[in-house]
Amino acid sequence: MKLNLRVWRQKNADAPGDMATYEVDGISSDMSFLEMLDTLNEELILRGEDPVAFDHDCREGICGACSLVINGDAHGPERTTTCQLHMRSFQDGDTIDVEPWRAAAFPVVKDLVVDRSAFDRIIQAGGYISAPTGSAPEAHATPVPKADADFAFEHAECIGCGACVAACPNGSAMLFTSAKINHLNVLPQGAPERETRVLDMVATMDEEGFGGCTLTGECATACPKGIPLPSIAAMNKEWLRATRKSRR
Amino acid sequence: MAVSGLIMLGYLVAHVMGNLKVFFGPGEFNAYGHWLRTMGDPVLHYSWALWLVRIVLLAAVAAHAVSAYQLSRRDIKARPTAYVHRRRGASYATRTMRWGGIILALFIVWHILDLTTGTVHTGGFEEGKPYQNVVDTFSTWYGNVIYIVAMLAVGLHVRHGFWSAAQTLGVGSARRDRALKLIANGLALVLTVGFISVPVAVMTGVVS
Ligand code: HEM
Ligand code: SF4
Ligand code: FES
Repeated sequence: MKLNLRVWRQKNADAPGDMATYEVDGISSDMSFLEMLDTLNEELILRGEDPVAFDHDCREGICGACSLVINGDAHGPERTTTCQLHMRSFQDGDTIDVEPWRAAAFPVVKDLVVDRSAFDRIIQAGGYISAPTGSAPEAHATPVPKADADFAFEHAECIGCGACVAACPNGSAMLFTSAKINHLNVLPQGAPERETRVLDMVATMDEEGFGGCTLTGECATACPKGIPLPSIAAMNKEWLRATRKSRR
Repeated sequence: MAVSGLIMLGYLVAHVMGNLKVFFGPGEFNAYGHWLRTMGDPVLHYSWALWLVRIVLLAAVAAHAVSAYQLSRRDIKARPTAYVHRRRGASYATRTMRWGGIILALFIVWHILDLTTGTVHTGGFEEGKPYQNVVDTFSTWYGNVIYIVAMLAVGLHVRHGFWSAAQTLGVGSARRDRALKLIANGLALVLTVGFISVPVAVMTGVVS
């Protein structure tokens, strides 16, 4: 396959950026999107140019590092991560636009790499449980109803990639934050911090400069892990409950 | 946004039901208009109940507008750089919430000046004769256009607004999602069709 790429290039956080056009040839439809970019970078290095910087780590769809907006879609046209997107989703001769996540809370570091540490600070505010360290506890010591376990697992799938923020026209982090809160708040292990978790994590989310939610649903459409939109309602329910309780 | 919106939605449901009385003739419609002012009698003085409703509504409109403004400012600030490759995202109703809301705010001002105070009314506004006033309004082409456009905007606004309010208040869930969307669409349809039926009835001579 031969492709026309238009890629966001930006030297550093303060430099202005622009879309640069590249032609890449010899792309196999079995390559992943990142392998296609690797091919481009090899050529750029041979030509003595600066390779395109982009985030990636596991390349198997589980770490949440890869983060590209491809033709306006976070993680591209398929419901998966950028690293698991294959070139067979494109046609020979296509022009493909590649941009970084766009959000005030995710400033561009270089080219397609953004700083997502705002997510880490949301997690630090309450995305944990307090458990005694030592040997692993007996698994059956704390029974969890099947429905709750399923609910927790569905939300535990969030890999923190930030596609929800990138896709949201308001740059809102509600889907990510709700996934993390719902995952722990439904479980007995998360019960001791149930109220402080939702209050603190939502407060941190607001402080980090993410936008407000207008329920456009773009986040859930973009999420590679299928975190559902009603997660946000479940988080709001937890938040209202915690607010009522903390007033008492 | 959710609470003030639901207050206004409750008012709209009552309002559309009241408006449909226009089909039972001037006697019943005008008597209904009069009852709005004698509601709560004899506990309340003439038109006190109506003023109470007006105050609650005004507070709801103000709260809704202020929170919409704050939310929009925050949202625009959170996405300072637009994508070069734009794509059309969410549904039409979702994308038109801001503009739809502004159109509705302007409509409410026009509507009060038209049918409550009579300031911009054509054809001799007479207090206590809402039936004739309504017929006069919908005997002008611009009256029909303004009202029908606003009613379509109401439908779209309610369609996304009702469902969103349920999410904000934590009532939404995967299991209830279909039901909530159905109610939202049903409310939007009933309000739009119910309101529009009045100008259409005047235009076609069913109400005159
Ligand atoms: C075809 C559609 C409509 C018709 C024929 C209509 C008719 C009327 C009439 C006759 C009155 C005056 C009642 C009286 O003073 O006795 C009134 C008041 C009012 N209407 Fe409507 N209306 C329509 C749609 C709407 C919509 C869509 C809204 C909201 C977005 C709305 C909001 C109001 C408000 C706020 C008042 C003022 C209440 C007061 O302060 O007395 N109306 N309407
Ligand atoms: S909710 Fe989905 S899109 Fe958002 S960070 Fe988690 S996995 Fe990524
Ligand atoms: S590189 Fe780990 S999810 Fe894509």
